[in-house]
Amino acid sequence: MMPISDDRYKMVDKTMKKLNYDRSALIETLHTAQETFGYLENETLKFVARKLRLPYSKVYGVATFYHFFRLKPKGKHTVVVCMGTACYIKNAKVILEKIEERFNVNVGETTSDGLLSLLSARCVGSCSLAPIAIYDNKAIGHLSLEQSLKEAQELIQ
Amino acid sequence: MIQSLEELHQLAQEKRAQQDTFTQELRVCIGSSCASLGSNELQKELNQYVTQDESKKRCTTKGVGCNGLCSSAIMVSHYDKHKQKETLYENVTQEDIPALVNRFENTQALEEKLCDMNGSFFTKQKKIVLENAGVIDPDNIEDYIGKEGYLALFTALEELSPNDIIEEIKLSGLRGRGGGGYPTGLKWETVSKVEAEQKYIVCNGDEGDPGAFMDRAVMEADPHKVLEGMIIAGFACGASKGYIYVRAEYPIAVEKLNRAIKQARRLGILGTKIAGSGFDFDIEVRLGGGAFVCGEATALVASIEGKRGNPRQKPPHLSDQGLWLAPTVLNNVETFANIAPIIRKGGEWYKNIGTPTSTGTKVFALTGHIKNTGLVEVPMGISLQELIDDIGGGVQEGSTLKAIQTGGPSGGCIPKELLHTTVEYESFKAIGSIIGSGGLIVMDESSNMVEVARFFMEFCQSESCGKCVPCRVGTTELTQLLDKFVAKKATQSDFELLKSLCEVVQNSSLCGLGQTAPNPVLSTIKYFEDEYLKGICHD
Repeated sequence: MMPISDDRYKMVDKTMKKLNYDRSALIETLHTAQETFGYLENETLKFVARKLRLPYSKVYGVATFYHFFRLKPKGKHTVVVCMGTACYIKNAKVILEKIEERFNVNVGETTSDGLLSLLSARCVGSCSLAPIAIYDNKAIGHLSLEQSLKEAQELIQ
Repeated sequence: MIQSLEELHQLAQEKRAQQDTFTQELRVCIGSSCASLGSNELQKELNQYVTQDESKKRCTTKGVGCNGLCSSAIMVSHYDKHKQKETLYENVTQEDIPALVNRFENTQALEEKLCDMNGSFFTKQKKIVLENAGVIDPDNIEDYIGKEGYLALFTALEELSPNDIIEEIKLSGLRGRGGGGYPTGLKWETVSKVEAEQKYIVCNGDEGDPGAFMDRAVMEADPHKVLEGMIIAGFACGASKGYIYVRAEYPIAVEKLNRAIKQARRLGILGTKIAGSGFDFDIEVRLGGGAFVCGEATALVASIEGKRGNPRQKPPHLSDQGLWLAPTVLNNVETFANIAPIIRKGGEWYKNIGTPTSTGTKVFALTGHIKNTGLVEVPMGISLQELIDDIGGGVQEGSTLKAIQTGGPSGGCIPKELLHTTVEYESFKAIGSIIGSGGLIVMDESSNMVEVARFFMEFCQSESCGKCVPCRVGTTELTQLLDKFVAKKATQSDFELLKSLCEVVQNSSLCGLGQTAPNPVLSTIKYFEDEYLKGICHD
């Protein structure tokens, strides 16, 4: 049951140890787990619950409360369209809709081939570059509609 | 380890002497906007360029925090130490590197990228919180110390009593910069008077307002200043532990703060017996999870405790029962960044900036349809007109100003007719908005105000924690009502319902999120009622 031989669990355990396995370590631990595994799998949540002596429902409750945590795996590539106010008034909504349409994917989901996840962000804090989207790790600002689609296309090729 | 004020002075002097071996300094902005255009790579290249050439050894480069004019990213500033003169270049690219360095001798080069520092974008600002942004290397504690960093802390520890500090902050008139506007000195005094074994200092860096990036810039450009403010607060209130709660979406801010904490521990500025005194204090960073409601005090505290960010009823206030039920001071990043300058220069000095009830300065993030987007710090009492036209350069060419949105989802829209309004807590409140944390979004004629109101309401609906009914159900109902107006399918009775539901949500929600969620709707109804009426279908 204990998949501790998996090195990734050791990373998660390290964070808990650093914080003395205190229950307050839950959010920090989930951050580490998501960074290590890419998303929060049920098994991972159960592991954390056991280690911190918390009911699984509590752990699940916290993981679903915060937007930052993902319970589903991400696609190979990700596009995050910022939907902060500055981007919104500069037509970020249209960009998001067009990407949804072109790649046949709803925001928050991954294409059926697992290549592209489309996400939206509350605000990435680069409002001067509005509208902005993050393609994998690269932020591209002052996006035009065509460019936003082109960048996404290039990403998955 | 720095054991005394004297040793701090000595280190500051050494640092300055060491810097004097370089006569030229090139400062590359690594703030969020510049970084996304590749300023980190630019700095590396630039550094390589100046270090490979023997004749240019007197030149040094460093990455600095946001210097404000984000619309002209990447910004590079050249500081000539002999002439004590700063020259700023905008829209710099990799190709400009040789010209940038050659310009030391040949003043003709790169003329077209020169940024006019005598323009009102720069002259109308007053920098206190951002005094080091664009000047120091945020990764280098000694750079901070060279700029009088930690001087306030060491002075406080050696020469002032906790009570003296609180009196100084009270005298300064500093009010909470996160949006609440509660007098900081009073908050500290309340906590200092509570008898408790354990107290906490918490810094709110969970900048959740969409369209705001002031705190991000402060944490990334000058992390030590935030730490210094918190340590002073700890000494004044009798707390020994501090937490900085930062959005996980700001990984660079987290990295800079963690590095700053490590450096401060190494020099004995954090830890036990700080500066040879009997005072112990340590700080840890805690990551947020992208929940807007965690900007609310009780929800934030719950989140640090590792729980869902559900707010609870107040009282008891945090000053009595905060983090782990201990008395807690919670202030915003910008508030803490004001502390060291106030202790260094005195409350009297600070009080004389701004207006009698809103003292000091405020940092704003200028965004939207405005020419100079970026980060600015202005004295309180400045008019919106000056802020938008003189500093912001007015709306982008070919369009006209319609309204300004301040305070994010808890704020309101200010129509262009009210541009004479001054930046003060009370005057903003009087016209149905708030200063809030400092996001200022300029909108031109192309913006539909009902859609803007709907945007914020949908935001609040999705961010509502769901604990209380008025907020959970109310924001959902309001969003659906606004949908009808956007689709131009509303009825007259929908309009009446919209107004009365706003009142219900405002008056009966548990926490600030719900209580303020109707503000964008109410203020747009107040000033742009005709746009709502256009959404009513008469057949």
